[in-house]
Amino acid sequence: MKKKILIVDDEPNIVMTLEYAFKKQDYEVLIARDGSEALMIIEKNKPDVVLLDIMMPKVDGYQTLEYIKNNTMLVNTKVVFLTAKNKASDIEKGLKLGADKYLVKPFSVKKIFAEVQELLG
Amino acid sequence: MSNYLLFIIIVCYLAILFLIAFLAEKNAKSKWVNNPYVYTLSLAVYCSAWTYYGSIGNAANSGISFLPIYLGPVIACPLWIIIMRKILQISKQHKISSIADFISLRYGNNRFLGALTTVICLLGTVPYISLQLKAISETFEIIVGTPAATPNRFFDDSTFYIAVLLAIFAAFFGTQKSDATEKHRGIVTTVAFESILKLIFFLTIGIYVTYYLFDGTQDIYDKISVQADFTSLATLNGLEGGFNWLFTILLSFMAIFLLPRQFQMAVVENNREKHLKHAIWLFPLYLLLFNIFVIFVAWGGTLTFGDTTKSEYFTLLLPLQNNDTFLALLVFLGGFSAVISMVVVSTLALSTMVSNNLIIPYGYLEKFIQSHPEKNSSYIKNIRRISIFLIIIAAYIFYVNFSIELSLYSIGLISFVIISQLAPSFFIGMFWNRGSARASTIGMITGFLITTYTLILPFTLDSFAGFRDWVDKGFFNINMLRPYALFGIDFLSPPAHAFFWSLICNTLCYLFFSIIVKGNYRERNYAEMFVDNKNYFSLQDNVLVWKGEAYVADIKNVLIRFLGEERTQRALNLFFLKYKLPQNTQLADARLINFSEKLLTGSIGSASSKILIDSVIKEEEITLPEVLKILEESKEAISKNKILSEKSEELTSLTSQLKKANEELILKDRQKDEFLDTVAHELKTPLTGIRAATELLQDESEMPAEVKDVFLNNIIQDTDRLSRLINNILDFEKLSTDRQRVVMSKNNIKITIDKAIQSIQHIASKKNIAIRLKNQQTIVLLYNEDRILQVLTNLLSNALKYCDSETGIIAIDYKRLAGYLRVRVKDNGKGIPDEDIDYIFNKFYQSQDQNIIKPQGSGLGLAISKQIIEKHNGSIWAEKTYKTGACIVFKLPFN
Repeated sequence: MKKKILIVDDEPNIVMTLEYAFKKQDYEVLIARDGSEALMIIEKNKPDVVLLDIMMPKVDGYQTLEYIKNNTMLVNTKVVFLTAKNKASDIEKGLKLGADKYLVKPFSVKKIFAEVQELLG
Repeated sequence: MSNYLLFIIIVCYLAILFLIAFLAEKNAKSKWVNNPYVYTLSLAVYCSAWTYYGSIGNAANSGISFLPIYLGPVIACPLWIIIMRKILQISKQHKISSIADFISLRYGNNRFLGALTTVICLLGTVPYISLQLKAISETFEIIVGTPAATPNRFFDDSTFYIAVLLAIFAAFFGTQKSDATEKHRGIVTTVAFESILKLIFFLTIGIYVTYYLFDGTQDIYDKISVQADFTSLATLNGLEGGFNWLFTILLSFMAIFLLPRQFQMAVVENNREKHLKHAIWLFPLYLLLFNIFVIFVAWGGTLTFGDTTKSEYFTLLLPLQNNDTFLALLVFLGGFSAVISMVVVSTLALSTMVSNNLIIPYGYLEKFIQSHPEKNSSYIKNIRRISIFLIIIAAYIFYVNFSIELSLYSIGLISFVIISQLAPSFFIGMFWNRGSARASTIGMITGFLITTYTLILPFTLDSFAGFRDWVDKGFFNINMLRPYALFGIDFLSPPAHAFFWSLICNTLCYLFFSIIVKGNYRERNYAEMFVDNKNYFSLQDNVLVWKGEAYVADIKNVLIRFLGEERTQRALNLFFLKYKLPQNTQLADARLINFSEKLLTGSIGSASSKILIDSVIKEEEITLPEVLKILEESKEAISKNKILSEKSEELTSLTSQLKKANEELILKDRQKDEFLDTVAHELKTPLTGIRAATELLQDESEMPAEVKDVFLNNIIQDTDRLSRLINNILDFEKLSTDRQRVVMSKNNIKITIDKAIQSIQHIASKKNIAIRLKNQQTIVLLYNEDRILQVLTNLLSNALKYCDSETGIIAIDYKRLAGYLRVRVKDNGKGIPDEDIDYIFNKFYQSQDQNIIKPQGSGLGLAISKQIIEKHNGSIWAEKTYKTGACIVFKLPFN
C-alpha cells in the first residue's frame, strides 16, 4: 500500500518541488494551502505523515498540530514541521507541542525524503 | 454695739474663714474647690471695699460715672478668650508666679525690670490696701458709734489688730510652699466664699433701701429728679464727660489684667484653661448684679440725709438710722469680706514679687548658693512672710498718716493709673517681638514720672498742705505745665488726664526705643517664645542661641539647694528621657539650662534663677556676627535641603522618563526583532523554492521537459521576488529613517495617474480588468512624481491582485478639496475585511482571510505608500464605508 503524505504550505513553488519528489518515490501526495484545508484532508484521508508549514493564513501550523495530537483517530499520523522559523526557541516550541521532526527552510529535498522515510520506519 | 462685741464677731468670722481655707487646702483636689464657679468668684476679688462703699459715694457725688470702672472688665471679658488664654499658656509654660515675673521673663529675665515692676505694683497697691484698712476702721466706728481712733495710739486701734490678723491669715495660707506657682486653694476658696457673701449682703441692702425704705426704683427716681443738680448726675455731661468715661473704661480694662491681685487669681491660681469659658460670662454677670442698686442706694441716702458728705457709708447709715443694727452688721461683714479678699490676695501677690523679684535677686542669692535645701526653702518662705507683714504694716502707716483725708474712690483711681504703667510692656510685648527691655524700662519710668507729676504730687500736696497754687498756675507759673491740664488739655478729670498723658508717653517711649535699640539675643529668644507661644516647644529647643560651657553636675548642685536631692534627680531624669539623652550626660546644653531656670523660677523668680544658673556656667556673650553666622548656617542648611529635594524630584522625574524611554526602546526592539524575523521569513521563502527546484533539476536527468520548464520558470519568479523584496526593504528603511528627503516639484496629477495606469496596463489587459480614470482636469501641485507614481502603482497592482479576471473594474478619481487634493482608487474585488482595515498599512501585514492563492507581494507595499504620503504631509487610509470592494484614499496638501 502506498504511503500517504500531506504537504501543507501556502507557497505553490515549494509545494510543487516536494510533490514532484514524493510522487516519484511512489507516495500518494495530498496538498493543502493552509491549516483549515489541511484539517479537512487529514480527517478524510488520514495521511501517514504531514509536512507542515507554520506561518500560514487562517489556521496556522501550531493549531493544526494541536488538532492532530488531540484526535485519537490520528495517533499514527506523524507530523514534520517544515518552516523558515529556525531560532532555537522556535524549534523547542515545535517539538514540545508534539511534532515528530522539525526541519527548516531552505531545505534539501533529498534530506526531507530521508527524514520522512526514517520516521515511517 | 460695743467695741468688744464687734471685735469678737470679727474674730469669729475670721475663724470661719480659717476653717474654710483649711478644709479647702486639705481637699485641694476636690471638685468643690476646682470648678469654674469658684474660679469666677475668686476673680470677684476685683470688687474690694472700693466697690462696696466707694462706688455709692461716687454715685451720690457724681452720678453714673461710677459705672465705667465696671464696664472696663465687662468689655475686657470677650477679649479674655484671646489675651487671657495666651497669658495663661505662657505663664504655665514658664512657671510664672506674678506679673513682675511675667514682664521680667518676657524681656529676657531682666532683673531690673522685674524689680521695677514690683516697685510700681507696690506703689500702686499699698495705698489701695490702706484704703481697705480705712474702710474697715471707718465702718467699725460707724457700727460701734465711737469717734475716730487717734492715729498716735495705734495699739488701741482695732484696725491695727485686724490688719495683723489679716497678715497672719495671708502668711499662713500664702506661704505653705516655697514654690510660688503652687496653687493656694485655701485662699482661693475663701475669696470665692467671701465673694458670695459680699454680693448677697450688698444686694440685701440694695433691696432694703429701694423697696423697704422707699417704694421701689420709680419712687426714688421721682423724688431725686426734682433736685437741682439731678441732670448732671444722670447723664454723661457732654463730650468731656464722654472722654472721662472712655479713659476710665480703658483704665479698668487694663486693671483687670494688671492688678497684682487679679493676675494672682486669674493666672497664677488658674488650674484649668477651660474655666475661662465660664468666667467670660459669669464675671460680667457678677459685676452687673453688684451694680444694680448702687445708684438707688446713693439717691436714697441723699434723699434721707440731705447731703452727700458721708455718702460712702450710706449702706451702713441707712439701716442704722432705722435701728436695723443686724442688717448694718451684715453689710459691715460684707464689706469686711471684700477687704479681706483684697488685702490677702494683694499681699500674697506682692510678697511673691517682693521676694522673687526684689529681695532674692538683689541680695540673697550668694547666701542661697552656699546653703542647704531645707534652709533655702524656709528662707524663701520667711522672706515672703516678712514681706506680707511689712506690706500690711506699710499700708497701715500710710492709712494712719495719709488716707484719712482722702476719699476711697480717688485713691482707688490713683492706684489704677500707677498700675496701668505696666500696660505697654505687658500687652504690646506679648504680641510684638521687637519690644526690648531697655524700651520697657524707659517707658515705665517715664510713665510713672508723669503720673507722679500730674496726679500723685498735686493730689497729696492739695490734700495735706492745701497747696493749690502750683496746681492752678503750673510749674514756675507756666500755664502749659499745669499738672491737671498739661498742654492745655483741661477737660479731663485728673485721673483720666494723668492716665492719658502717662500712657501716651509710656507707649511712645516703648515703641521708639524698641525700634532704635535692639534687645540682646537672650531677650529676643524670650520675645519669640512669648509672641509665638503656640510654637513654644519647638522654639524653646531650637531658637535659644547659646554658647558656652556648663556641666550637668554644677547645675544639679544649684537645683538641689532649692528643690532637694530627690526632686532634682527626678526632674533631670525626666529631662534626659524627654530629649533622649544618656543619664550620665556631662556637658549641659541650652535646653538643660533653660529647663533648670524654669524649675527654679517658681521658687525664686525668673531673674534670680537666671542669675543662679549663670553663676555655675561659663556663658560667653554671643556677638551679633556670631548670631548672624548661626542663623546663616541654619539658613544654608535649609536651602541646601531645598536644593537636595529639588534634585531628588528631578531625579525621580528623570527616572520615570528613562523608564518610559526604556519601555519604548524595548517595544521598538521587539518590533525590530519581529521585522527582522518577518524579513528573514520573506527572504527564505523564495530561496527555499529556488533551492528545492535547482536540486531536483540537478538530480533528475530523466525529468520530462515540461516539468523542467515549470521548475526553471519558478526559479526565475522566485529570483524576481527576492530582488523585489530586497529593493522594497531598502526603500522602506530609507523612508522610515528620515535619511531621504523627498524632493518636490510642480506636477500635474492627471499626468502622473496616466503614467501609473500605463505601467500596469499590460497586466490588467491580461486579466481583462478595466481601469478607468473618471477625471480629466489638470490639477497642479507640489509633490515628488516618482514617489507618488510608486504609491499609485502599488495601489493599482493591489487592486489588480484582488480583482477577479473578466469582471474586475478599477476606478480612479481625484478632486480638489479645501487645501488638499484627494485621490481615490476603487475596485470591485472582495474588499478588505473589517478586522483588517486598521492594519493593512502595517509592514508585512497580510489579510488573515485570504482564500485565494497568496498573491505575489512583498508585504511592504502599503507600508511604503503610507510613508511616502506622510512625507508629503498627507494621509492615506482605507474607506471603511465602501462595501462593494476596496477603496483606498489619499490626500495631498497644496502647500
